[in-house]
Amino acid sequence: MRRRIWLWVLLPLGLALVLVVAAEAQGEAPTDDQVNAIAKKLYCPVCPNTPLDVCATKACQDWRAQIRDQLAAGWSEPQIIDYFVAQYGERVLAEPERSGFTSLVWILPMIAAGVGLVGFVEVVRQWKRRRAAAGPPSMFAASPAAAVDPETLARIEGELEKMA
Amino acid sequence: MLNEVGWLALLIGFGLSLYASGAAAWGGWKGQSRWVASARNAACLVFPVLTVSVLALVAALLRLDFRLAYVADVSSQAMSPFLRATALWGGQQGSILFWGWLMAGFVGAVLVRPWRSDRELFPWVIAIAMLTTAFFVSLAVFITNPFERYWLVPGAQELTRALSAPPGAMPYVPAEGDGLNPLLRHFGMIGHPPTTYLGFTGFVIPYAFAMAALITGKGREDGWIRATRRWTLVAWMFLSVGLILGGRWAYDVLGWGGFWGWDPVENAMLMPWLTGTAFLHSVMITEKRGMLKVWNMILIILTYALSLFGTFITRTGVIGSVHAFAKSALGPAFFIFIGLTFLGSMSLLFRRLPDLRTEHELEGVVSRETAFLLQNLFFLAITFAVFWGTVFPMISELVTGTKITVGPPYFKQVAGPLFFALLVLMGLTPLLAWRRHGLHSLARTAAPIVAVSLVLAAGWAYVHRLHPAAWAALWLVAFAAVAVLAEFVKGVRARMETRREMALIALARLFARNRRRYGGYVVHLGVLMIALAFVGDTYFKQETQGSLQVGEELAIGGYRLVFEDLRTYAGSDGRDIVEARASLYRGSKFVAALAPRRDFFVVQEQPVTVPAVYSTPGEDVYVMLVGWEEIGYGSTTFKIYLNPFINWAWLGGVAIVLGVLLSAFPGSRAYAEVSYELRPRRLDSAEPAGESA
Repeated sequence: MRRRIWLWVLLPLGLALVLVVAAEAQGEAPTDDQVNAIAKKLYCPVCPNTPLDVCATKACQDWRAQIRDQLAAGWSEPQIIDYFVAQYGERVLAEPERSGFTSLVWILPMIAAGVGLVGFVEVVRQWKRRRAAAGPPSMFAASPAAAVDPETLARIEGELEKMA
Repeated sequence: MLNEVGWLALLIGFGLSLYASGAAAWGGWKGQSRWVASARNAACLVFPVLTVSVLALVAALLRLDFRLAYVADVSSQAMSPFLRATALWGGQQGSILFWGWLMAGFVGAVLVRPWRSDRELFPWVIAIAMLTTAFFVSLAVFITNPFERYWLVPGAQELTRALSAPPGAMPYVPAEGDGLNPLLRHFGMIGHPPTTYLGFTGFVIPYAFAMAALITGKGREDGWIRATRRWTLVAWMFLSVGLILGGRWAYDVLGWGGFWGWDPVENAMLMPWLTGTAFLHSVMITEKRGMLKVWNMILIILTYALSLFGTFITRTGVIGSVHAFAKSALGPAFFIFIGLTFLGSMSLLFRRLPDLRTEHELEGVVSRETAFLLQNLFFLAITFAVFWGTVFPMISELVTGTKITVGPPYFKQVAGPLFFALLVLMGLTPLLAWRRHGLHSLARTAAPIVAVSLVLAAGWAYVHRLHPAAWAALWLVAFAAVAVLAEFVKGVRARMETRREMALIALARLFARNRRRYGGYVVHLGVLMIALAFVGDTYFKQETQGSLQVGEELAIGGYRLVFEDLRTYAGSDGRDIVEARASLYRGSKFVAALAPRRDFFVVQEQPVTVPAVYSTPGEDVYVMLVGWEEIGYGSTTFKIYLNPFINWAWLGGVAIVLGVLLSAFPGSRAYAEVSYELRPRRLDSAEPAGESA
């Protein structure tokens, strides 16, 4: 019983709130900038690779007018974007979704960068290890000449000669 | 008559390039210099022969010889002679011929260079470069022939394009051509294709040398790298200029207030640029330290394959795009050729893997070598992200049947952080010594640079509105720039102290002594200027749109745009123009009269938005005419972008060209060779940063 009373209080309050919000939304006509802010996140459904906010075709002007009407009717940005996706498909989204098959577009570069980083660490390690196996850190340190292969030795000598 | 000469020359060019490739490979394989000499002669002839073909096509374009289908497609009486000539690369058929011609030019130039120690590579360079040339010329001969004509076949709905008359057909000669796509009539688009193609085709030279080195078993020596260093730099420079001109064209013509839209065709150009840049850096490690030999090979193969891929995307329109004007059945031919090039090169590399062992070991984890390696990794990661984002819509459509768009937000979020990581490396790497570097001494050298750049960025952030990401981005650019400038200051001060030279003379001699290094720094500064433009575009850009009555105003930043009037008139080149006139005020001060337009090309039925721009070194006010009322001109809609730092992008392009010219053409050979040499260790430890003084 008590619960019901709450309902009777809340219902009109909620209704009033909705009305006020709607009236406010209707009271001020949406500006071009508000329309463009949403259109920027969408791609023209007909022209290839053209964001909706800059597309000059008649169709896109109409779509922008539609966004304006929806804003005037009090729709929120996600609602408008969802509407366009439902109408024209996922391709109207400038930013690909992060779910389903499309999430691969986001995930794979990260995996690739990760693999690259592991590869980088591995290469550096290998280089270091080879160095450790090759001997002391400086080529001027006392290392037996035999440890340097003849080809490298010849190269070094050649270079020293050129420098002189 | 002239057309037949052009067609015949094209055919001869094809035969010669095919012969040159075969004869050179045979001569190289059997060790018979007779065949190589013959191949060389044939290869040298390809360029002049193709020049005849190109000139014949240009002549047809200038004469408006509408008997040729290509001329009817891209040229018209309303176009100026200059535009008609540039229509050579305004369409599919002409572009492919132009591509092949440029490539033949590069190959011809490399054949007449003095061949000394790299003589063994000679036959294989001819074989590989000429094979690629033959492929492009064959496209022009068999698939998209620019000398085709239009024919009326009885009963057919559409005109037939063919070289000779199909049975029962009548030749069709239109009285007027369609004219060049109006969007292409801009200096950026006139300069963009040639420079881009020069970049793309230029990479054939290092690629051919690399493959020749693998085939002859000389991959272990860096001869091929030294021989092609300047060719690579020049190709890279043209590719950079092509990218910037394309950006300038987009900014002036496409009317969306920006210069880079992450469009598939832009990405297709960016990818070889990225791997090419990585290649330019990784060869330095090979030259100085004998490391990363396999890696260089992979990078040049990738760069070249991506150049072909770029042409494939641009020229076949496989990924629908605002830039891909050309559409044709070239796809399969290209696809097979790219696949064969890539797989063939990779398997060759794989067979020679044991030859390409590294000569030196890494001495310290903190060293210039690791910084370069990390930089290469970032470049490749960006390339992969861009590649994946570019082809993913196709994959998605193939796999799930859903078309999706991968727009700028993706590229900004994925590639952006990697680019910033590159900026950090760009600033730090000049401070690091080859072999190894102490963390403490690195911190000591870096500290003043970090401090100065922090102050600079804080000052900027104070002037402009503060946004944490924007501030961090600005700081990174400032850090890298200060680090590069510090290198100049250090060098100049060292000379002033030790040789008592005046500052300017010291600077000039610094360049003269080591053009390669300081030219490279100038290129870095150019890249940083472009990075600044990107930071401005990403974080500081403002836009607003509004409908105005005459006398009303629209405000943005500190500017006000007052609408004066709107008029329509007929312009040149067959267009109707609607032009608004407006006055731009900064505060209460009048700064410029602006006239944004919408041109409507009647024949092509294509509107082109021509923005009016008030440009200052700090920012551009970019005004577009978006809409108007047909009757009474009561309410006219303007869109204004405030684009900070954008002019730095163009300036950066100039700096890049300057830097490449400085570093690619040393005053004397001696200097260049000195700078290649490894120096004894104690000299290095006396001066941690570098290789010159």
